[in-house]
Amino acid sequence: MIEVKGLVKHYGSKRAVANVSFTVNRGDILGFLGPNGAGKSTTMKMITGFISPTAGTALVNGHDVTRDPVAVKKQLGYLPESAPAYGEMTVEEFLAFIAEVRGFRARAEKTTRINRALDLTHLQSVRTQTIETLSKGYKQRVGFAQALLHDPAALILDEPTDGLDPNQKNEVRALIRSMAAEKAVVLSTHILEEVDALCTRVIIISQGKIDVDESPAALRARQPGARLDEIFRTLTSSDA
Amino acid sequence: MSQITPVLKREFLGYFRSPVAYVFLVVFLMASVGLAFFVGQFFRANQASLESFFVFHPWLFLFLIPAVGMRLWSEEKRSGTVELLFTLPLTTLDAVLGKFLAAWAFLAVAILLSFPMAITVGYLGDPDWGVIASGYLGSILMAGAYLGVCSLTSALTKNQVISFVLSVLACLVLVFLGWSVFNGALSAVLPVWAVDLIANFSFVTHFDAFTKGIIDPKDVVFFLSLTGLTLFLNVVALER
Repeated sequence: MIEVKGLVKHYGSKRAVANVSFTVNRGDILGFLGPNGAGKSTTMKMITGFISPTAGTALVNGHDVTRDPVAVKKQLGYLPESAPAYGEMTVEEFLAFIAEVRGFRARAEKTTRINRALDLTHLQSVRTQTIETLSKGYKQRVGFAQALLHDPAALILDEPTDGLDPNQKNEVRALIRSMAAEKAVVLSTHILEEVDALCTRVIIISQGKIDVDESPAALRARQPGARLDEIFRTLTSSDA
Repeated sequence: MSQITPVLKREFLGYFRSPVAYVFLVVFLMASVGLAFFVGQFFRANQASLESFFVFHPWLFLFLIPAVGMRLWSEEKRSGTVELLFTLPLTTLDAVLGKFLAAWAFLAVAILLSFPMAITVGYLGDPDWGVIASGYLGSILMAGAYLGVCSLTSALTKNQVISFVLSVLACLVLVFLGWSVFNGALSAVLPVWAVDLIANFSFVTHFDAFTKGIIDPKDVVFFLSLTGLTLFLNVVALER
């Protein structure tokens, strides 16, 4: 579903991402782990076509992001870090805009899509509020609603639970899990418990390179008895 | 190209979702009409024409259009919504045109809302309606060229203040090149053809004919090509 082939990104002389490759299939929830500045967000931004790679490419459902970015963007739902949205719009207006850009112009279909997204993310109660008046948890859900609206084949979520309270985190995780069966999901996080709770596969990225690509169970088995964050620390500090 | 419509609609309505639109409309109308009455001696001239109204537009636009244009891209970059916008299935050109056309339409509304001026001269005298219409046409075309410049400078920075200052400077140069006082000073040192050539790049030179009722294709082409050029550079600046 998502095929990442040798992605490289340089910022000037600084190498943010160095030759990252992996594949995510339908039904997979891939946890993207790494210290801050490791290249997680940069990699995700390259898959979504927001920034162009220095070398390599990503394929989503067979569409090459460097050749046909619009086709890739149609297939993807993307929740950027900190869920940006147009604050002066109401939740409803904002989703209507997304629906129109996503090609749902007919009134009936637009309404169905918006209502479905609002139901999935439990936003019905705030649908007429302007986004800037919402709390962080609600804003995050608006970002989710926006990413889910067109029922995409693949979801890219950049720190979907960042800044949420424990209940909201659980809710978001449940939401991701409920959708995972028919989608390919890539999510970045630096909360290790999340990987355990959610992911079917873990990639640890450090200094732009993939250090680990395996199942959470295999990661655990590296140091039996150790906590995940201890394993993480050993893996990411060894090459620092 | 069909993707322009949702962006255009969102942007245009966006002006009215915040106080920006109302503040701008009131200030623009008070300033433009005030200048015509108090500086342009609208009544004392005792002519049924809007020349004393239109003649101030290049100067007024110098400050007011950067105020509209500065937020076009700077705001998106600052709030992070640019990442949302460019991961939706649309091209950079769609986004640039949608935003530009929305802002241009808004400016056209502002300019056309001065219609009571036209009604006043129509009531008091017997104006040449063709001249008034060409004045409005010229003013709207010129507003588009100003806006193109401002949209471009806005795409270069995420700081709205820098964007505003750059826009004013760029527009100031484009006005000054054709200002009679400046040209008078220039002709003391340069041959006439050189002064004419320089003046040819000015808003004022090309706008003057419109206020006198002359719609010269070369003036129309000047404004449209300046708009086109700045929008092209705008796309380049965003894709960089």
